[in-house]
Amino acid sequence: MDQILYGIPLIGLVFEFIGYLIAVLPIIAPITYSAAVPIAFAALCGVMCERSGVVNIGIEGTMLVAAFVGWSAGVFLLPILGSEGGPIFGASPAMLVALLLAILAAVVVSALHAWLSISVRADQIISGTIINIAAFGITGYLNTLLAKSSPTGAGAFTAWTPPEFLTTLPFVGWIFTTLFAQGPLTISLLFIVIGFQILLFRSRWGLRSRAVGEHPRAAETVGIDVIRLRYRNVLAGGVLAGLGGAFLSMEATASFQQGMTAGRGFIGLAAMIVGRWTPLGAFGAALLFASSVGISQSIKIAPPPGQLGDILTSLPGQFFDALPYLVTIVILAGVVGRSIPPAADGQPYEREAAT
Amino acid sequence: MSRARRVWAIIALPLISIVLSVIVGSLVIIFSEWLVAGQLNPGLALKAYGALISGSVGSFNAIVNTLVATVPLLLGGLSVGLAFKAGLFNIGAQGQFLMGALGSVIVGIQLRESPAVIAIPVALAAGMLFGAFWGFIPGFLKATRGAHEVVTTIMLNFIAIAFLAFMVSGPLDVEGSPSPITLNVGNAALPIILGRNGHLGLIIAPIMAILYGFLLFRTTRGFEIRVAGASPDAARYAGMSPKRLIIWTMSVAGMLAGMAGGLELLGTTHHMTASYGTTVGFDAIAVALLGRTSPIGIVLAALLFGALRSGAAAMQIQAGVPAELVGVLQATILFFLVASPVIKRVFRLKGADTGLEEAGTMTSTYSGAAKIA
Repeated sequence: MDQILYGIPLIGLVFEFIGYLIAVLPIIAPITYSAAVPIAFAALCGVMCERSGVVNIGIEGTMLVAAFVGWSAGVFLLPILGSEGGPIFGASPAMLVALLLAILAAVVVSALHAWLSISVRADQIISGTIINIAAFGITGYLNTLLAKSSPTGAGAFTAWTPPEFLTTLPFVGWIFTTLFAQGPLTISLLFIVIGFQILLFRSRWGLRSRAVGEHPRAAETVGIDVIRLRYRNVLAGGVLAGLGGAFLSMEATASFQQGMTAGRGFIGLAAMIVGRWTPLGAFGAALLFASSVGISQSIKIAPPPGQLGDILTSLPGQFFDALPYLVTIVILAGVVGRSIPPAADGQPYEREAAT
Repeated sequence: MSRARRVWAIIALPLISIVLSVIVGSLVIIFSEWLVAGQLNPGLALKAYGALISGSVGSFNAIVNTLVATVPLLLGGLSVGLAFKAGLFNIGAQGQFLMGALGSVIVGIQLRESPAVIAIPVALAAGMLFGAFWGFIPGFLKATRGAHEVVTTIMLNFIAIAFLAFMVSGPLDVEGSPSPITLNVGNAALPIILGRNGHLGLIIAPIMAILYGFLLFRTTRGFEIRVAGASPDAARYAGMSPKRLIIWTMSVAGMLAGMAGGLELLGTTHHMTASYGTTVGFDAIAVALLGRTSPIGIVLAALLFGALRSGAAAMQIQAGVPAELVGVLQATILFFLVASPVIKRVFRLKGADTGLEEAGTMTSTYSGAAKIA
């Protein structure tokens, strides 16, 4: 009986909390959406690699390299190409070239992983771990060298301003602003998710990729070049991780910090698993993980009134720092048993010897 | 095969990897300096390595510092190595180390005025317990839910950082201090047994390496771990419980990393700030891989990385090369180790051992691909 009596105010608080979340949705949604961008790119990179049978633990490091190259290339290019912002996204020539270099760097790192795991047939988890360690070491080393002269970066991409007749529409306008009044990498994510989902399940390439990830031997017998397709997909995954990394140092901020990916590559892997290795699912899971960032920010900006507000604002700041990681573990542990990876995931492929 | 050839087969690839990474490291030093400062100075690499060597083994004090830096790396390496043996990947040594240090500081400051014979063992045990708990969580999640430790241990590393910052800036903070800091552990500090700062850990860590070897190669549990690591199916058919083994191994691995944190805190820093951090997590992985998970190998690899870490400061001061170069060297050593099939071909080392058989088990359980129970 006592337990029931204690339970009533608690249930009340839960309802109050849900009501609060609905009320501050306009605050939570944009923060969640931007926090989800790097996680979603990482998750898409994971889907791209693992659907064709290559486990990529090195996404974290790949993104870190891209973030560093995007920022540091801007530092070098700024005096050469000038800093005038373009008409759209405030993109100067230096920033555009830096973005391309960031993506290129991520592709090179991915090529290393592809070579180690596809050709050398090294263990893929160890290979990915080494990429993470190497990325952390090399970006840390170069960052310390560069920081000696306290350099100026090329700045960050700015958000697009949609025309007024769209944003003033009731509700539709709000959704449109949330999704599209954003920087170029955030906007591109939405199109990439949809395009990737269609390609993976409706195109010849998608069918072949999935075949190579499920049963490479069978795929080879019908004439698919397993090795080449895996290489191609891991490199394409590098482009996605590169966009995610560039987002961190060129759109979300205009600077680089040591280890700034802060585990997002791994949260992306968790999003991939929770999203059952589909682009749309991974994107949804990334939003779910990122919502913890949105909620903790909104509690700081607009705390709920009354007892609930007192409780939430009395929680220490470090609790909110840890929240995305906690949420990831809890959801992963709850979902993972029912999420089935591609059958040949992580297994190096060896061609049958011609006799 | 003669004994000498057997030894060569084991150490050939690690040695070649180290030599190659030194070469790559010097190229990195020269080219990055050229990129940033605009001048090509080949002598800088020699100067940097010279400073690194004299800073790590150039004097009695330098050698003691290297040994002190080796202690957490050795224990961390044993932690990662033990997990490897069971086909598990403990990337969480970082978080377990931090929790261990936190456990030791919490208990250490309570016992700061108790006799050292009580304060030291109890504070150290608290650190080991905290670390073991932080290893138990991913073990439990893997055994019962199939959540792969590669993701969960990384998440726990970040949670440990946040929890530590909360404890130090909240409950453990000394009132009136300008920035968050805990009290000194007082009598719980480890006694100095060698030189200026060679603490008791210098004895404890090698003993743990011996126990590690004993556990793995002389006990039933060690046999079970090795069977489960080499082939989970074989372990299951032999009637072992992979679930229990996973939880046990991750907890013990966490305990070892927690002990590293406890010794580091009680032996060198004696108190904690909110930004208390470490590079032990990555270093421990490098140590375990370079040491091939064998006790002797881990001791030698820990000495190498301990020397690098303790000489890095001298290198930064004397040659102006950032201490982070150690991370670059570490990464290239590991890269050449993983690319060992290629290295073997290039250097024509037919008999050389390439490495880690248990890695296959680790990868096959990734994201629940292989059934655990």
